[in-house]
Amino acid sequence: MAWLLILIPLLAAAAAALMPSDRWRPWLVPLGGLAHFVLVGCALAGTPVFAFNGWLSLDPLGKLVLAFISVLFLLCALYAPGYLALRADRPNRIFCACLLAMLAMMTLVTLSHHLGLMWVAMEATTLTTAPLLFFNHNPRSLEATWKYLLISSVGIALALLGSFFLAYSSLHEGLESTLLFDDLVKLAPQLSRPWLHAAFVLLLVGYGTKMGLAPMHTWKPDAYGEAPGLVGALLAGGVTSCAFLAILRFFQICVAAHEAAFAREILIFVGLLSMTVAAVFMVRQRDFKRMLAYSSVEHMGILVLGIGVGGVATFGALLHLLTNGLTEGVLFLSAGNIHRAYGSKLTDDVRGAIRRLPVSGALFLGGFLAITGSPPGGPFISEFTILNGIIGEGKFVVAGLFLLLLAVVFVGMGATVLRVVQGTPSDQAAATGYHDRPQVVIPILVFMGLVLMLGLYIPTPLESLLREAAKFLEGGQ
Amino acid sequence: MHQLLDPILVAVLLLNFVALGASQLRTVIHAVALQGVLLGTTIVVAHNTVTVWVIIMAGATIALKGVVIPRMLFHAIREVVIRREVEPIIGFIASLLLGGVGTALAVLFAKTLPIAHEHMGSLVVPAALSTVLTGFLILTTRVKAISQVVGYLVLENGVFIFGLLLVEAMPFLVEIGVLLDLFVAIFVMGIIVYQISQEFSTVSTRKLSALKE
Repeated sequence: MAWLLILIPLLAAAAAALMPSDRWRPWLVPLGGLAHFVLVGCALAGTPVFAFNGWLSLDPLGKLVLAFISVLFLLCALYAPGYLALRADRPNRIFCACLLAMLAMMTLVTLSHHLGLMWVAMEATTLTTAPLLFFNHNPRSLEATWKYLLISSVGIALALLGSFFLAYSSLHEGLESTLLFDDLVKLAPQLSRPWLHAAFVLLLVGYGTKMGLAPMHTWKPDAYGEAPGLVGALLAGGVTSCAFLAILRFFQICVAAHEAAFAREILIFVGLLSMTVAAVFMVRQRDFKRMLAYSSVEHMGILVLGIGVGGVATFGALLHLLTNGLTEGVLFLSAGNIHRAYGSKLTDDVRGAIRRLPVSGALFLGGFLAITGSPPGGPFISEFTILNGIIGEGKFVVAGLFLLLLAVVFVGMGATVLRVVQGTPSDQAAATGYHDRPQVVIPILVFMGLVLMLGLYIPTPLESLLREAAKFLEGGQ
Repeated sequence: MHQLLDPILVAVLLLNFVALGASQLRTVIHAVALQGVLLGTTIVVAHNTVTVWVIIMAGATIALKGVVIPRMLFHAIREVVIRREVEPIIGFIASLLLGGVGTALAVLFAKTLPIAHEHMGSLVVPAALSTVLTGFLILTTRVKAISQVVGYLVLENGVFIFGLLLVEAMPFLVEIGVLLDLFVAIFVMGIIVYQISQEFSTVSTRKLSALKE
């Protein structure tokens, strides 16, 4: 089962690489996504997932992230054929193959219970996404790809050093040196403290770079700004969730080692810093795709802040992983449509999106309202739960800063979004001849439907999965 | 730990300063290539028993770090007509000073970390940390894309040096991890450097500044 989950997308990627027709190839992406979705459904229903002496296995936290990635990928994949049909000028062989390979590698990250293997899989996600960023083959996308590769590689190298430190922390105490997650959690109380602390910091910096936490977020505005909307949604929802899962694994080892207080302090600090940096850069942002990148930095900050606070906020953060990822899907895909229609992503040129593209424009506005925490969107519930947790833990200063930063982001992001959707479109904008088509609108509507659903009602199986994952994380077992 | 290890690590540390202070790109690449060769020999030195596998790993490291990657970088310089100077953002003296401060800090920090008694007194931890810092310094203070690749290489070498502490305990992970990381990352970066030179007819990242606030 574990093998199938990884092999099926890889086989689909190989098929995409071999398929001769540019026109039919994009349909392999939703096909692979659908097969993966069905397999994940079986895995969640109870088919055991275990392979390679425990190197691959599925715990509650992995289940949550894997299920989310599968849904996100399927919806983005359904958008892909419509999008690529509009971009018939560009060959899509590498693009389709890399999308599917990226799915396989993200799955591998969620299944890895060996920290070395997880590191290899994270590295592989970097490499499979680089060609996706370079899809447009122009100087700007080249620059974005270069920065992404260089900064991510440095982050990944630091994560490797952190993994070595962690391995040494057990070796130093004369224990069997191991990087198997389950063994490390068992051995955690005996690990050497200074090495464990240093390892956690390095791993947070390393995987935090992939997640896009400030101050290692500098690749993010460039990469998200230049990537096709579809790739932006997958990066902001999928790859960052994988990196977050990696950080959670090391957090769990810290919890098991009774060093949670140390890890929590750092996570709260990094979370608030990311939110602050994002808020500062979002005010007066003229490029609406870069604005979305900073919004992603902000929400990554909220995620680690929630974990750092603990208690109820842990549940909130895990729920926020889903609600934020789905809302990013709405925003990136609708922003992609608007970008296509106007041929620009600057608010100087883009006006009156709601008239020019009634559906995409309205969804962009709806996505903005949801992501900034307006009810009844899903992020409202998750952010409220996190706030509840912060106050429950008696951290009133953190709660105040959290609310203040959310307010600043709401105003800053609102100014940009309203400039895009309101007003009358220029004649130049009408000239591109682009209009909303069902293929590129229906997946966004489904995303928005899920966001609203999570705001109003969390299905019982999902809620029990979230509770299980939160318990797994906090209990260290 | 073998007694030959420390002299090699001292040479590696000295090469860090060459990489920081040299004004010609060629010299910097040569220094990093030599560093790669030295690191390949440390694999043999760090093992208590030398097997065929150890020799193969050392050979692969030397081939990759000492020959293949430097040749790729030289090829990139030749292909594109660029000025062969390094173009640092901060001066060479300042780079060297910062490198010295970084090394001193690395030694101080390494002292606070407990070392298993079989590794007592070896230079591995301070050398690893100061090489990582040197890599960072090169990455952040150089303009050319190739210099940044070199910075990444030096940083990788630092991680590699730390891996020497673990070669006995988990040889497979350390060797495969480091080599895979290096090979794939550099390979992809090589492609991108080539693309940059095609696109801008220069490999200076100063041209790569369309994307900013």
